[in-house]
Amino acid sequence: MVVVGASLGGLRAADALVRAGYDGEVTLIGEEPHYPYNRPPLSKEALVAEHDFEKIRLRSSAKADAYRVMLGTRVERVDLSRGELYLADGSSRGFDGLIAASGLRSRALGIPKPPGGILSLRSYDDLLSLRAQLGGVTKVVIIGAGFIGCELAASLTTLGLQVTVIAPEEVPMLRPLGHDLGAAIQHRHERHGVHFALERLPVAIEGGLRPSAVICDDGSRYEAQLVIEAVGSTTNVEWLQDNGLDLTDGVACNEKLQFAGHPNCFAVGDIARFPNLLFDGVARRVEHWGIAVDSGRHAGKALASVLRSNEPVQEFRPMPAFWSDQFDLRIQSFGMPGLVQDSASIRVIEGDLADEVAVGYYREEILVGVVLLGMAQSHNKYRKILADNLG
Amino acid sequence: MKVVVDLNKCSDHGQCVYSAPEIFSLDDRGELSFRALAKDVYRSGELDESLRDSVEEAADICPMQAIEIED
Repeated sequence: MVVVGASLGGLRAADALVRAGYDGEVTLIGEEPHYPYNRPPLSKEALVAEHDFEKIRLRSSAKADAYRVMLGTRVERVDLSRGELYLADGSSRGFDGLIAASGLRSRALGIPKPPGGILSLRSYDDLLSLRAQLGGVTKVVIIGAGFIGCELAASLTTLGLQVTVIAPEEVPMLRPLGHDLGAAIQHRHERHGVHFALERLPVAIEGGLRPSAVICDDGSRYEAQLVIEAVGSTTNVEWLQDNGLDLTDGVACNEKLQFAGHPNCFAVGDIARFPNLLFDGVARRVEHWGIAVDSGRHAGKALASVLRSNEPVQEFRPMPAFWSDQFDLRIQSFGMPGLVQDSASIRVIEGDLADEVAVGYYREEILVGVVLLGMAQSHNKYRKILADNLG
Repeated sequence: MKVVVDLNKCSDHGQCVYSAPEIFSLDDRGELSFRALAKDVYRSGELDESLRDSVEEAADICPMQAIEIED
C-alpha cells in the first residue's frame, strides 16, 4: 500500500489504514524533507512567535514502526494498471492500493521581477526563507487578498512591518465570503494599519537584486523591500498522467473518493475533486484543512475495506469547516459559503458586521453555509442549524 | 487510555466537541470546559476503550493539535 504525499491528508490516511487493521506493508512517501507538519500556523503563530519545527510537527496515532515513511522522495509517475510507482531515484515500488495526497504548490505571477526577495508561503522551508529575509525590511507588499494573503498581512503588521495588499477584487476574500463580509474584515485590517490597493493588477516588480517597488496596471506604485505572492496554487498531479484519469482540476473522484475506474485508488485533501452529496452531485475540490483530515481518515479506512473483502465503501459526506485568525479576529465557517455568489442571498442572521456577526449563505433559499466573526459561544448552534438544514 | 489537552495550545475551536461529545464540551462563553479544571494541561481519568475511535478523531481534527492520547 502506498500513500503519496507526506502531508496532513497523507498521514491521516496512513494512520487510518493501520487503525482499520490493515496488516500489509504501508509506505508514506513525501517529496519534502520534513515529517508531516501542520501548515495553517505558517502564516500565523509560527511566523509571529517563531515556532520551531517540533511545534508544528503532526502527531500520528500509529506506532512508530507501523509503516515506513520515505521523505525527500519524489514520485515521477505511476502505472495504475500495473500497480507500479516510479521514483525519481530510478527505483520502483509495486502496490495493491494507492492513496494520492500530493497537495498543491504555490503559483507565481509571470511578470518581470528581480531574482531575490520574492516569496510565497506554503511549506516550512518557505517560512524559514521568509524569516531569513525579514532583516532590514520595513515595507512588504503582499499580492493576493485571499485567506493566506490576509493572514500574512495581519502577522507581518503585528511584527511591525508596513504592509500593502494588492489584489484585483473589490474587497479581500470576496469569492469565499462575499462582498459585505470581505469589506467588514478589510476595515478591521485597516484599523490595524494594513493598506489595501484593490481593483488593480501588478504588472511589474522593480528592483535590482531585490525588489524596490510593485507597479500596477493603473500606474500606481508601492514601495517594498520584500514581496509575497499569495496568488493561489496548482495541483500536484503530474505524476498521475497517462493513466486515463481526468486531471483537469485535481483528480476526478466519485462520491467515495475513488478514482474513476480504479476502486483501489483514492485521492485525499486539496487534490481530490469529489461530489459531496450533503450539498449536490457536482464534483469540487475543497482546500480546507479539515477536509484533508476527514478525507484522509475516510480513504485509509475505505481502502482497508476494499482490500480486505470488497466490503462496501461508504460515501464521503463531510461537513466542511474552516477558520482563519487575523489580528484578534476569529473567522469560522461551516458548510460551503463559496457556493453562493449573489449578494442578495448572503444575509446577516445575527449580530452586526461592524462587530461580532453570523452571516448566512442561501442557495435557492436553503442555508448552505454560515460564517461567523467572533461569536464563539454560537459555533455549535450554527453548525447544528446548518446540519439540520442540509438534512 | 487517558486524554491530555495542552490548554495553552488549545484555542477553543471546538472541533473536538463534534468528534467526541462524550468527552469534550464548550462552556457558555464558547471556551473548552476543561479550562475550569486545569490551568496549563488537562489530564483525564482512565477512559473506556469504547471511546478510542472518537477520541482519536478529536485528536486528529484539532486545528491546534492540542490533544494527545496516553496509554
